[in-house]
Amino acid sequence: MRDVAIIGVGQTPVGEHWTTSIRHLAFEAASHALRDANIDKVDAVYVGNMLSGEITGQSHLGALVVDFMALNGVEALRIESACASGAAALRVGYLAIASELADLVLVLGVEKMTDTSGRQTTAMLAMAADAEYEVSQGISFVALNALLMRRYMHEYGWQRQDFANFAINAHANGMHNPNAMFHMKISPEAYAQAAMIAEPVGLLDASPVCDGAAAVVLAPARYAHILSPAPVKIRASAVGTMPLAVHDRKDPLTLESARLSAQRAYKQADVQPGDIDFFEMHDAFSIMAALSLEASGFADKGQGVRLALDGDIMLQGRLPTGTMGGLKARGHPVGATGIYQIVESVLQLRGLAGPNQVGNAHLGMAQNIGGSGATVITHILEAMDE
Amino acid sequence: MEHKVAHDWRLRGQRYRLEGEVCEHCGNKIFPPRDICPECHQPAKKPYTLSGRGEVYSFSTLSSAPEGFEAYAPYTVALIKLAEGPMLTAQLTDVAPNEVTIGMPVEMVTRRIRTQGEDGVITYGYKFRPALVAHAQ
Repeated sequence: MRDVAIIGVGQTPVGEHWTTSIRHLAFEAASHALRDANIDKVDAVYVGNMLSGEITGQSHLGALVVDFMALNGVEALRIESACASGAAALRVGYLAIASELADLVLVLGVEKMTDTSGRQTTAMLAMAADAEYEVSQGISFVALNALLMRRYMHEYGWQRQDFANFAINAHANGMHNPNAMFHMKISPEAYAQAAMIAEPVGLLDASPVCDGAAAVVLAPARYAHILSPAPVKIRASAVGTMPLAVHDRKDPLTLESARLSAQRAYKQADVQPGDIDFFEMHDAFSIMAALSLEASGFADKGQGVRLALDGDIMLQGRLPTGTMGGLKARGHPVGATGIYQIVESVLQLRGLAGPNQVGNAHLGMAQNIGGSGATVITHILEAMDE
Repeated sequence: MEHKVAHDWRLRGQRYRLEGEVCEHCGNKIFPPRDICPECHQPAKKPYTLSGRGEVYSFSTLSSAPEGFEAYAPYTVALIKLAEGPMLTAQLTDVAPNEVTIGMPVEMVTRRIRTQGEDGVITYGYKFRPALVAHAQ
């Protein structure tokens, strides 16, 4: 095993890219990353994507991407783990270099979600849940999160409005990210008055359907300083799982997969939750943010909401989260999200996050959640000093 | 997404009768059947039919339904904690959304789940309604 570093990052703006196809989105992010890394060849390309076959009719993205990058012949695979597909692709790239089977790897996350109607996309996203025992009952992802949020409020006595700061913070951070989907501040009143999608989940609790692509270039850490002026080391890469269906979990309000993934990551990096300077969390829904904070050891059980209420998650707070807008405001192009989290973490660790720069950002954590939590992938990144 | 006839047919025992399993090693009741006990990890293949009685663990009413369920919106989905232990996901029926509460006793009924146009397959399965008779605990 050898240490792995990130030597280049790239991204497209997140949004509704009516004029851009999935191959061109992928190409744009990948070429930015290769240019940033100052290389033009890699040993392997891993593409994280969830729904290209279902939404655009185009599967087989590994081959497609290397074809359109004029890298034909290079090892290329598509990796799918629902909304955690991006981090899953990074995990595979990490393994390839750590195991010394590859030296330079491009990891790409891409998703094109706006080629189908909202209802169709909603139904396709639900494929990440249990098809026979959840989806067959008319459930959607919003509904699964609503079931969790209502029970959480019931057990711990929180009001819906107590969750407001998750969305407000994300939108405040998205304001200064040129690649974010939303550049729009929201107020506590706007949160309170937001239309309900599935009570208690309202429009401002849910991340948007959108298109986007993000990419990183990986290399052995021992060569990173030769290749890049500001490399970032992957200190930990860890996957945790739990039952696919919410109803099959012993305690639906504990993200056991996130707990396992975070604990494994802390152990690999030999750090504690208190050492983490910022957290790119998977705020696909407000309730997921709360459960992820708890499972990752940043809050006691039932108290994840407290971090939002007290402002701890703000840029100046104890644990800044979603520093470039998170899934809520940057957007959640599902298979690309895990790589956006990594690209944004690298910008923070390089000190290039502009008005959103977290002070003394040295150690960052990114957590990508698949489905309603069955797969959780955590990476810990560290700025590499000379 | 289009539903397949074979898919519905092979799940008929679960959809119409809540056929699960009981672990002969630790007594754990299992639904849906999975042939291995999630509690003690031993093989569990002995059929066991659940009573269909339980209570609402959580619920939500969807105003916007996914493709294939538009005609039924708004409808209420719930996590049901069955009396024998397992939890399942199902729609509630014969009850107004504002009358549903966490902890409400419910019982299984067979209802139409969805249709696929005039010529398509009609899928039946379990839904849950407020319990007509108080459960003997």
